[in-house]
Amino acid sequence: MQQLLTTFLTGLTLGMVYAAFALALVLIWRSTRIVNFAQAPMAMITTYVALVIVDAGMSYWIGFAAALLSGLVLGAVIERVVIRPVEGKPEINAIILTLGLFVVIHAVAAIIFGSGFRSFPAPFGLRGFEAGGVTIALTGFAVFTICSVAVVMLLLVALFQHTDIGLKMRASAFNQEVSRMLGVKVTRMLTLGWALAAVVGSLSGLLIAGGSLVSPSYMDSVVVYGFVAAVLGGLDSPGGAVVGGLLLGVSLSFVSGYVGSDLVALASLAILIVVLLVRPAGLFSHATARRV
Amino acid sequence: MLDIRDLTTSFGPVKALDGVTFTAPKGKITAVLGANGAGKTTLLRTVSGLIRPDRGSVHLDGQDLARMPAEKMPGLGLAHVPEGRGVITELTVEENLRLGGLGRADRSRPADFDRVYSIFPLLNDRRNAIAHVLSGGERQMLVIGRALMAEPKVLLLDEPSLGLAPRAVAQIFELVRGLAESEGLTVVLVEQNARSALSIADIGVVLNLGRLVAQDEATALAADEKLRHAYLGF
Repeated sequence: MQQLLTTFLTGLTLGMVYAAFALALVLIWRSTRIVNFAQAPMAMITTYVALVIVDAGMSYWIGFAAALLSGLVLGAVIERVVIRPVEGKPEINAIILTLGLFVVIHAVAAIIFGSGFRSFPAPFGLRGFEAGGVTIALTGFAVFTICSVAVVMLLLVALFQHTDIGLKMRASAFNQEVSRMLGVKVTRMLTLGWALAAVVGSLSGLLIAGGSLVSPSYMDSVVVYGFVAAVLGGLDSPGGAVVGGLLLGVSLSFVSGYVGSDLVALASLAILIVVLLVRPAGLFSHATARRV
Repeated sequence: MLDIRDLTTSFGPVKALDGVTFTAPKGKITAVLGANGAGKTTLLRTVSGLIRPDRGSVHLDGQDLARMPAEKMPGLGLAHVPEGRGVITELTVEENLRLGGLGRADRSRPADFDRVYSIFPLLNDRRNAIAHVLSGGERQMLVIGRALMAEPKVLLLDEPSLGLAPRAVAQIFELVRGLAESEGLTVVLVEQNARSALSIADIGVVLNLGRLVAQDEATALAADEKLRHAYLGF
């Protein structure tokens, strides 16, 4: 029973991080039809920003805020400088550019910060709660992880559903030309979309790093799980990305806890293949069959 | 009043519009007629800034709109209802309308949903429906309603009758007629179906291979048998 609960909570925590990363991928996919492979190193480099600030003796929270802010700027700059010139060309161009960015950001990080492992602090305890002599594997940092991702998601829902700028961003994602005709500055919305996605990606990077080791490649496995989560939920659906992330996190945690931790990567691949076979549009994507 | 002078647009070596000149008077419906490929849609897309013209001007209230980007047009009083309707099907009816209202020039007052809902009571009944589930006629009402949310002076309508039942077409045309007469809206109506377009238009212009070949009162064009046979197909 205790193991069951522990496994579930570990999966839930990890699932929230995958959900955040998947959400970052979905935000970019649905407005530009690009899978941003550079999302992982972008998150990695912002985590190093936080690490530099914390190592300089400032508080974790200043580092945390600086990392998210640098994510915002980095996302906007990459869209403007790297992606904009190939907009309107076949999507493959942009996708190859993001792969190129992946390599470049890695190399730059290794040059600036070194390629070795460095430990990253956590703002809360990493020990589980004790209740009646039984230790539950829900650490303070896990609670923080779940809450911070939940807050970011609620903020995004509020932005997209209840503000004018959110409506313009959604309209631009669905139909660029009609949006322009209605007076929406579509290019600005795309930049904003990349910036927001990078913030969410950056959050997932900070949460993976918390209380653990970072190196220029520490996010690379997350891009795989985040992508599987996004496909699982449907690349077009932000809600699906969240549910996909949670499902994946919990499933993989059970595979790791009950079958064997060596099989986690294989299991995620198996989930990806099954989803693509059974429901290629993902569990939660809207039916687009009746497009008139 | 929309004043189009010498408007010329090319796609590579092909001139899709060649020196088109005409005036669409305020409060009137100007029908733009011609066969497939005559340049009708290109004309509207050039006027609304989606395509850059090689030369020429498009004046609205003394301001030249030619070569301005499309996203500035709603703020300058020009609304374009594209062919194939252009409903954003993933948004709700009300969100589509809200989006239309965001582009209007005067943002000091709140957007006037009631006006559009009183013109199209049907949209009011379905305000929270995803636009995806609307029928063809309802979508046409939605895009016209959405264009009206921007409180335009000029409305460009591209093939509003396309794929609609004759009754729905009659309803839409009657409505456009009413908007022109009661609110002084300047309407430029592109239609394949020349007969029904001339029946509601005040004046008509006929395009052939990107050139203006005729321009007259709608009734005069409808009476000109030679022109009808040559260009209008009825």
